[in-house]
Amino acid sequence: MIGERRVRREDVRLLRGEGTYVDDIDLPGAVYLAGVRSTEPHATILGIDTTAAKAVPGVLGVYTAADIEPINRLWRQQLTHSSLKMAVQRTLPVDKVRFVGELVAVVVAETRYLAEDAAELVDIDYEPLPGAGNYHRALELDVPIHEGIDDNVASHFSQSTGDVGWALSSAPHVLRETFTINRGGGHSMEGRAVAARWDTSLDQYTVFDATQGPHQARAHIAFALGVPDEKVRVIAPPDVGGGFGPKGGKYPEEILVTWLSKQLRRPVKFIEDRYEHFLTSYQEHQQEHHVEVGYDGDGKLLGLKDVFLHDTGAYAPSLIVPLIAGTTVPGCYKIPNIHIEFRAVFTNKVPCSAVRGAGRPQGVYVMERIMDRIAEELDLDPVEVRKRNLIQADEFPYAVGLTFRDGSPLTYDSGNYPGLLQLGLDLFDYDRQREIQRERRAAGVYRGIGVSIALEGVGIGPFEGATVRIEKTGRITAVMGAPPQGQGFETTYATIVADTIGVDPDLVDVVTGDTAAIAYGVGTFASRVMANAGPAMLQASIEVKDKLVQTASAMLEASAEDLEIAGTEIRVKGTEAGVPIADAARLSNVGSPGVNLPPGVVPGLTSTSYFNPSSAGYSASVHACAVEVDIDTGEIEIFDWVVGHDCGRIINPLLVEGQVIGGLAHGLSNAMYEEQMYGEDGTPLTTSYLDYPIPSARELPKLRLFHQETLSPLNPLGAKGAGEAGTLGVPALIATAVEDALRPLGVRINHLPLSPGLLGDLIAGAAERGAAERGAA
Amino acid sequence: MTSTEAVTLSVNGQQHSITVEPRTLLADALRGQLGSKGTHIGCEHGVCGACTVLVDGHPVRSCLTFAVQAEGSEIETVESLGEPDGGLNSLQRGFQRHHGLQCGFCTPGILMSLTQLFREDPSPDEERIRDQIQGHICRCTGYQQMVEAAVEESETNAKEGR
Repeated sequence: MIGERRVRREDVRLLRGEGTYVDDIDLPGAVYLAGVRSTEPHATILGIDTTAAKAVPGVLGVYTAADIEPINRLWRQQLTHSSLKMAVQRTLPVDKVRFVGELVAVVVAETRYLAEDAAELVDIDYEPLPGAGNYHRALELDVPIHEGIDDNVASHFSQSTGDVGWALSSAPHVLRETFTINRGGGHSMEGRAVAARWDTSLDQYTVFDATQGPHQARAHIAFALGVPDEKVRVIAPPDVGGGFGPKGGKYPEEILVTWLSKQLRRPVKFIEDRYEHFLTSYQEHQQEHHVEVGYDGDGKLLGLKDVFLHDTGAYAPSLIVPLIAGTTVPGCYKIPNIHIEFRAVFTNKVPCSAVRGAGRPQGVYVMERIMDRIAEELDLDPVEVRKRNLIQADEFPYAVGLTFRDGSPLTYDSGNYPGLLQLGLDLFDYDRQREIQRERRAAGVYRGIGVSIALEGVGIGPFEGATVRIEKTGRITAVMGAPPQGQGFETTYATIVADTIGVDPDLVDVVTGDTAAIAYGVGTFASRVMANAGPAMLQASIEVKDKLVQTASAMLEASAEDLEIAGTEIRVKGTEAGVPIADAARLSNVGSPGVNLPPGVVPGLTSTSYFNPSSAGYSASVHACAVEVDIDTGEIEIFDWVVGHDCGRIINPLLVEGQVIGGLAHGLSNAMYEEQMYGEDGTPLTTSYLDYPIPSARELPKLRLFHQETLSPLNPLGAKGAGEAGTLGVPALIATAVEDALRPLGVRINHLPLSPGLLGDLIAGAAERGAAERGAA
Repeated sequence: MTSTEAVTLSVNGQQHSITVEPRTLLADALRGQLGSKGTHIGCEHGVCGACTVLVDGHPVRSCLTFAVQAEGSEIETVESLGEPDGGLNSLQRGFQRHHGLQCGFCTPGILMSLTQLFREDPSPDEERIRDQIQGHICRCTGYQQMVEAAVEESETNAKEGR
């Protein structure tokens, strides 16, 4: 059953239009919250006049920082780090705004239309301050974005292994390059959404939140409200319309909607629109990597130094993006001496948080660009340079010498990178592709080939939990804390439970993302759920099956070893004697009031297990494609794209393929299309899909996929993670392929995304340089 | 903005008389007043296609259409799809078989666009299918598996002479 292609049970309701997303939840009497958001990138708030807004019929209230003072406490950092400075962030800003879109006040009204009407009438008097729309400007800004952090540097962090200074000074060859990359936002099709209801008699809040981490949301909300966690039940509905990272962030609306549901004695709902998503849902922003790499005459790496700038926006909830980007740079290559250093810089932009890939696409892009440049310098095939540096299949566990973002040593658990690469090259028919390239070039066509290899730290802790119960109906309930946003948890985890216990998956009901259903959970991000919740579900299933068998053994007066599960019964092997699972569960779970259980019967057919991995695991992926570039229009056409990946144990290949292809589309979007633009002062310039394209079915070429399954030793399932594997190598791939296509012109790709405009400029610049060189000669 | 209009909308063959503001969007009327919550709102500026419904047989962005504009028209939403016995129709089953959806938020709009395409041309080629759904953004799937589902539907139609 594990490893089978199984269609999803979730699909039936979704295909009928019967999914239940937050905005579909029926909350009688609900009122609507609309945000009043900063129009200034950086400004002092001189005053807020809410008179006109409050006078609109149907408005229940307008709330500024002054109105929510009792709960407007200082936010805790979502994820602390020794190098990360504490910046002031509250639910609503008291004295100044730090990015366009920052929530300054909220309006609650009977309808969403009325709330938005009234929000327009809130008059905020700002004294503008100089703002920074990029890290260079922020580093020179006269007015600090946060009091007491005068240089606007949120974190300056470095780590090393070996002696990079020596390696670079003694290497036969040294390359120095600067690479920049802008990654954009999450753009789940359902925006952020949160609704809350207060229960008068229990003084308890029920919060429906389209979040990737309901237990974290509960902690965030309960902390702000100053109530015990038990007073806040957060439910991420079974249907959340995509996540991709930003829905793992913590937002002021989650607190305000909850608090106001008690203040107003009415359910309150906030549904983000797309304009708000552009302005306020966390994004990944830009990095600028200054790389020095030393290598020998064979192209073997001797030392790598990467010093980069990271744009963390107006607040820094964590450092995960630069930490992961830096530790992804070494990738699948052996590098004896490494120095990684970054400065995360505050800017007047929406805060940075992870977007599918979470810094990894940047790291892969940097390293793969380097491999191409070494190949060019030494006149070697770029794939050959990669092969010479790959960690070999018999070198695991492989310690890079750095520390990963989970705090554990950056040590790769398992893999076979040469094998994965070779499978990809064979499927792509690399040698034949080079022949085609030569033929096309002879015909005047700019054709290039790209190959990229990516590693992904996945399955990070701290833990996930699972409860498996055999109900008195004979059905099985499997509960997990992590919620899905389209990954198919109901189908996948039912498979693990059913496979382990030995029943039909249709007998298993899966409950996700409800803080009332399981005590603790961490959340769905970083391709971590299968490597955490999977083993937890496996262990809970083993334990509950053991309890069931013990109970049946007592009921049947047979030895446990002689029992087997057959359909909905437990039978004595080779006989007709058996007991329905439902009867065993009724006896164990319900019994007879006041009557002792028969000897041997286990009370309560339920088991809860938490799994905490010792460290991250490492998935791998390889991409190969050919491109042709129209040098007049800057248009890039992609051919023969092959993608292979290794995410350890595959539970359901159909769903893993969906993850890989979907991730790849996101990577392609990062490589060629979406780029969140800001003015010098931080004014957002791309606030609709008219100026921020996301590729459609027309732009996505047809792909060929293959799997390699190298099990992880870190958990009993052998699972790693597949959620981001498709994304990581794609920006690197496109840069590599396009640079290869334009090699005759000497075009250098050092910035992504590669829009037609940028590519046109690069082609024109190369043509001018070529003409000047010819003139000089 | 409090003036209201009484309109009669025909949704999936049923007549509904409701009161709306002139500015009320068709998407909001469908979701808020007519119980058609399968119609999703993804961008509210006519690009993502999640809110697509059929109005007199044509795919229309219900986030860019006022409810009053739809008076007298036949509106079809995702809730109208399926077999008479309540099961999924063949296109829906294909989506499930090929894993053509993940979070499912964009799916109703895409199904409505494809429904219109298959009425117009029961056996379109892959290029035509990609053209038809290029007006939809799906952030989850990368489109390949939903295109495979639609291509299979097209091939089945051709084989069965539809």
